[in-house]
Amino acid sequence: MVGKDRKLRLAVSALGLGLGMLLAQGAAEAADKVKVGLMLPYTGTYASLGNAITNGFKQYVAEQGGKLGGREVEYFVVDDESDAAKATENANKLVKRDNVDVLVGTVHSGVALAMAKVARDSKTLLIIPNAGADELTGPLCAANVFRTSFSAWQPAHAMGKVVAERGHKNVVTLSWKYSFGEQSVAGFKEAFEQAGGKVVKELYLPFPNVEFQPFLTEIANLKPDAVFVFFSGAGAAKFVKDYEASGLKANLPLYAPGFLTDGTLDAMGGAGEGLLTTLHYADGLDNAKEKAFRSGYVAAYKIQPDVFAVQGYDSAQLLAAGLSKAPAGAFDKEAVMNAMSAATIDSPRGAFTLSKANNPVQDIYLRKAEGSQNKVIGVAAAKLADPARGCKLMK
Amino acid sequence: MDFTSFLIQILNALQYGLLLFLVASGLTLVFGIMGIINLAHGSFYMIGAYLAFALSSLTGNLMLAIVLGIPLAFGFGALLERLLFVHLYKRDHLQQVLLTYGLILIFEELRSLTVGDDVHGVAIPELFSASIALSENLSYPVYRLVISVVCIALAAGLWWLMQRTRLGMMIRAGSFNREMVQSLGVNIDMLYRTVFALGVALAALAGMLAAPISSVYPGMGGNVLIISFVVVVIGGIGSVWGALVAALLVGFADTFGTVLMPDLAGLAVYLLMAVVLLWRPEGIFRKG
Repeated sequence: MVGKDRKLRLAVSALGLGLGMLLAQGAAEAADKVKVGLMLPYTGTYASLGNAITNGFKQYVAEQGGKLGGREVEYFVVDDESDAAKATENANKLVKRDNVDVLVGTVHSGVALAMAKVARDSKTLLIIPNAGADELTGPLCAANVFRTSFSAWQPAHAMGKVVAERGHKNVVTLSWKYSFGEQSVAGFKEAFEQAGGKVVKELYLPFPNVEFQPFLTEIANLKPDAVFVFFSGAGAAKFVKDYEASGLKANLPLYAPGFLTDGTLDAMGGAGEGLLTTLHYADGLDNAKEKAFRSGYVAAYKIQPDVFAVQGYDSAQLLAAGLSKAPAGAFDKEAVMNAMSAATIDSPRGAFTLSKANNPVQDIYLRKAEGSQNKVIGVAAAKLADPARGCKLMK
Repeated sequence: MDFTSFLIQILNALQYGLLLFLVASGLTLVFGIMGIINLAHGSFYMIGAYLAFALSSLTGNLMLAIVLGIPLAFGFGALLERLLFVHLYKRDHLQQVLLTYGLILIFEELRSLTVGDDVHGVAIPELFSASIALSENLSYPVYRLVISVVCIALAAGLWWLMQRTRLGMMIRAGSFNREMVQSLGVNIDMLYRTVFALGVALAALAGMLAAPISSVYPGMGGNVLIISFVVVVIGGIGSVWGALVAALLVGFADTFGTVLMPDLAGLAVYLLMAVVLLWRPEGIFRKG
């Protein structure tokens, strides 16, 4: 009996040792890897944006020989479907089940707000490659939440200055009534009224309604000097067509953040020609990084990159900047975060740094729609930083 | 608001209402006469819009695209009825909802695979591309007026079909008592197939007509579906005349809601529905 017992104990300890070695080996392997959780829309309206961001991210990783800061990249992918109701559960899958080091996502602001909450609670590093809600780097900012895109405030604020400089005094605004639209209008109004203009009326319609005709009639009735709108995607295409068909475009200049004309100019069938918009990216930017990025992207994916691909690319660059300064071995979040905050990103849009709230401090370009391109015609606001109102990191 | 803009807003309301009628008429026919809750109706609208996009890029002419598209949509509707919907008549509403919801997902995915997820524009036919000046700074696109005229013509045509033709009489009879009509020697299967195909063709025609002004984009059927159900419920299920009145009411509620109480604009249509249903729970014109 004794002999049998000892044999069993030996077997158990041998098994334990073996398991321990396996685990140790696993840990050693993990130390050389960085686990990246991509939570982006791969189905639904924003699918093409999610794909562009993923393409951009993977392009930079490929340029670095499949490694970021000397670490192999292991991807965990979740389709967020742009569904805010599922966002917390989806983010938790990546954080708790897959144990990712970095969460990257997403396009839809509502989903991103839920992701930011998960990131704050679990202290996971989060890089937001698109969602522009002001809150993300405002009242909800956190040392572990980064953004490589823009805040709603940025392009709209830059446009406020431009419209005032072009001599317009009275402006009517029109937007969908949801937070991104309202934040855009607020950013525009702030800059425009500071420069001496006046927003005579803010018009809103419920999202995603596209019955613009009553609003166009109302605008014609109010007789402003110019109109500022926020729309994007299919709604933007329809609005610009309706605006032209109503005869307003000929007499009443239209201004908007660049979302109005990005990816929609072809669908407008010429109605968008000549429109001025502001954004942190444009066609025809003349810098070496942009040229290399563009040719690399076209070679890899056989399509032209867009602003979303740039944001995905820069998300990978930002992560690489953090990882390259961190010590080898286990993933040292603090070191990565600190290095990311201090990084200067050599982006195709032009170099940018991060504000204390971790939002890009970047040039906002003035663009003019020509054919199917938004050609850069100048810098509307240089090194524009979001005020990050309500962010505790700013103190 | 001065008097001119008031008049223009009335025009906007009429025009929006008439287009809504065109979409909702097919839904009310299928819902009222065949007893099928067809959630895929919005998808047929989307298919129409994409047909207009595909056929007008192919032929270079939207009017030709519409002429080709209508028989295609009608045939597609008849085929769907033969393969799928024919199995639904004796089943309860839950199964109808399941099938038609499934169809929405299938059609969206097929669209994504074949055409992609980008927004596309459809050119307005050269003939109707002009605008008419209404006030000193506002003009009205002729194409929108053309749509309204087409909608009015279709409303009259549908009324005539249902009330004045033998086919309409059989359809109305069939909706009351399927078995009785069948035992009188009417081919009720063929009749139902025709009604369903007509519903699909109406939705697709609405999508084709609206394509130049609304653009063509993923998920475009969803919004239309909800507002169409509102119209059908307000008007009274199965009543073509009711759908017309309800669509115009919704057009006015939406247009003047946005002008007069902008903060509650999204609510106006649903307030209207609530009031109508409190007043007449079966809709303004109940089926009869």
